[in-house]
Amino acid sequence: MHILVCAKQTPSTTAVLAVDDGKVTWSDPGGSPDIANPWDEYAVEEAIRLREKYGGKVTTVSMGPEDAREALKTAIAMGCDEAALITDEAIKGSDTLATSYVLAKAIEKLGDVDMVIFGRQAIDGDTGQTSMQVAGWLGWTPFSSVASVDDVDLDARTVTVTRAIEAGRQKVKGALPAALSVLKEINEPRYPSFKGIRKATRYMRRRLPIWGAADLDADPDKIGAAGSCVRWPDVFALPPKEGECTIVKADSPEAAAAALVDKLFEEQVI
Amino acid sequence: MDFSLSDEHLMVAQMVRDFVEKEVAPTIREWDRKQDMAPHVLPRMAELGILGVCLPERYGGEGFDYITLGLVCEELERVDSTLRVVMSVHVGLNSLGLLQWGTEKQKQRFLVPQAKGERYAAFGLTEPGVGTDVARMAATARWVGDGYVLNGEKMWISLATRAHNFMVFAKTDPAAEPPHRGISAFMVERETAGVTTGDIHHKLGVRAGSTGWIALQDVHVPIANRVGEEGEGFKIAMSCLDNGRYTVAAGATGLIRACLEASTRYANERQTFGVPIAQHQLIQQKIGYMVQWYETSRLLYLRAGWLKNQGKRNTRETSLAKWYATDTSFKAGHEAVQIHGAYGYSDEYPVERYLRNARGAIIYEGASEIHQLMQAGYALGYRRDNPLRCELPAYDEAFWRQDPMT
Repeated sequence: MHILVCAKQTPSTTAVLAVDDGKVTWSDPGGSPDIANPWDEYAVEEAIRLREKYGGKVTTVSMGPEDAREALKTAIAMGCDEAALITDEAIKGSDTLATSYVLAKAIEKLGDVDMVIFGRQAIDGDTGQTSMQVAGWLGWTPFSSVASVDDVDLDARTVTVTRAIEAGRQKVKGALPAALSVLKEINEPRYPSFKGIRKATRYMRRRLPIWGAADLDADPDKIGAAGSCVRWPDVFALPPKEGECTIVKADSPEAAAAALVDKLFEEQVI
Repeated sequence: MDFSLSDEHLMVAQMVRDFVEKEVAPTIREWDRKQDMAPHVLPRMAELGILGVCLPERYGGEGFDYITLGLVCEELERVDSTLRVVMSVHVGLNSLGLLQWGTEKQKQRFLVPQAKGERYAAFGLTEPGVGTDVARMAATARWVGDGYVLNGEKMWISLATRAHNFMVFAKTDPAAEPPHRGISAFMVERETAGVTTGDIHHKLGVRAGSTGWIALQDVHVPIANRVGEEGEGFKIAMSCLDNGRYTVAAGATGLIRACLEASTRYANERQTFGVPIAQHQLIQQKIGYMVQWYETSRLLYLRAGWLKNQGKRNTRETSLAKWYATDTSFKAGHEAVQIHGAYGYSDEYPVERYLRNARGAIIYEGASEIHQLMQAGYALGYRRDNPLRCELPAYDEAFWRQDPMT
């Protein structure tokens, strides 16, 4: 079984963000400013567990700037077999539609992928859309909000998962190949082992394939800003929160509510 | 001059940081109150390979360098000193001592299981009546034809009740002149008849750990267990301390960082006179000093680690790093408590534990006073390091790692 994980490098969770000239910049006084998207570690862990159970191999790809290697490093150190970086000037400015197209082309290039796993969302974009859009481009069975992978039947070419949905739990079986987007409850990601760390640093230095748009046979109209439906006409930092807080006190909740309603009328909020 | 750490260094430090944050930090206060070591700590450190991090793979270790050992100790002590104490005695004093002075047979017999974390290691030098003045130790090792019979008591021994393999120092020649020439080093296994151990509680700090005593009553050890030659014990002990105190220096650096992080967090939250206390200058002064102490300590221990990697003698540089980092970690703990006000005086916040833990390191692995005298001795020309019969091997990836591709 060949499992692909799509992982992203994002700003760290403790990064301090700023906007300079319409561009978002960040630094992290406490540590490294760039990390592997935390949600993606759950995807990597699940892929490795499935390999341990069913055999095969795990590849991780990451799309980003030339130096976006944190997610790949972490994935290899955790135990992925191979990795690849997709980077190209032409891909810059892609929204999730264009990004998912590029990832779909990478999956086509690999040719033998049975399953692609994503973390639920990236902590910078926070859309949670890319995984299902990849499924759409490829015509693969989509599974979102996956809380557990219950069974993979390589002969029947099916996968059974449990999804966590608003109404509760949903057990679904679908055909391979499939695209999965996983939740945190699916597993507990392992630490990179010392051997894994050594393998990762060597791999990144000597063996990492780097693919550009041409390597993926990508249609130039479908990538970058040209291939995006979403535009960002104005990027600005959130204005600092200012305001007063008045606590409405009264003898009973009912009296307090009445006083609050009076205040809201006074301030012409309602 | 390249000050950067490698990707490997950074990834290992991150991994250890994540491990202790997730698996030790949540319950450390409880174990510190209990004055006991959480039972999962040693096995997990063993399982993850931390107990053998800088030992060669051919001896069961993970094949990383001496700088990595320092970085690991910094991350461990950032959460609690007891975690770093494990590294100090198991790796710094005992295992690296074997790497430097042990025969190939001794390395296979003792170092390999220690590096793999199958057996825990400790160091028996200090006695109830002897600390700094090691040469006057009372423990004896009497030659009996096929080995030695050891008698004596060692005290303030970390992991005394947990370790399996003790590197013990005793006098094979109590009448030697000068006295330090009469000391020899031995590996003593806990299972040997006549070995008993016990815990010491009610210390000011380092409470979530294991400190105790070892009593040796007519303990017979074969000659194969003697490390180095008869009479070399003092030199061996001193070179073991070069590695033990390196881990202490690195750990104390992590302690300063913990104080700094706790203090900046609290100072940004707590308000007085309508503003976060971080905006008051006298609080800023304390924060500023903590940064200075942290960065200086870090540079000093990393330099010592670099020298070890190069195979260069580093007694002076390691002593300097240990002295500076431990003294300033106590100051950092003191200031951190002050920044927290009354809350710093309660164990609701971790800073009182940092302060109590910091106090111990000023005493052990060479009291600060000893380091001051050493530094003056070097500067005045009274003290010089002569070459040793066995030196700590320089870090060589080809020797430390078996498969160059991994």
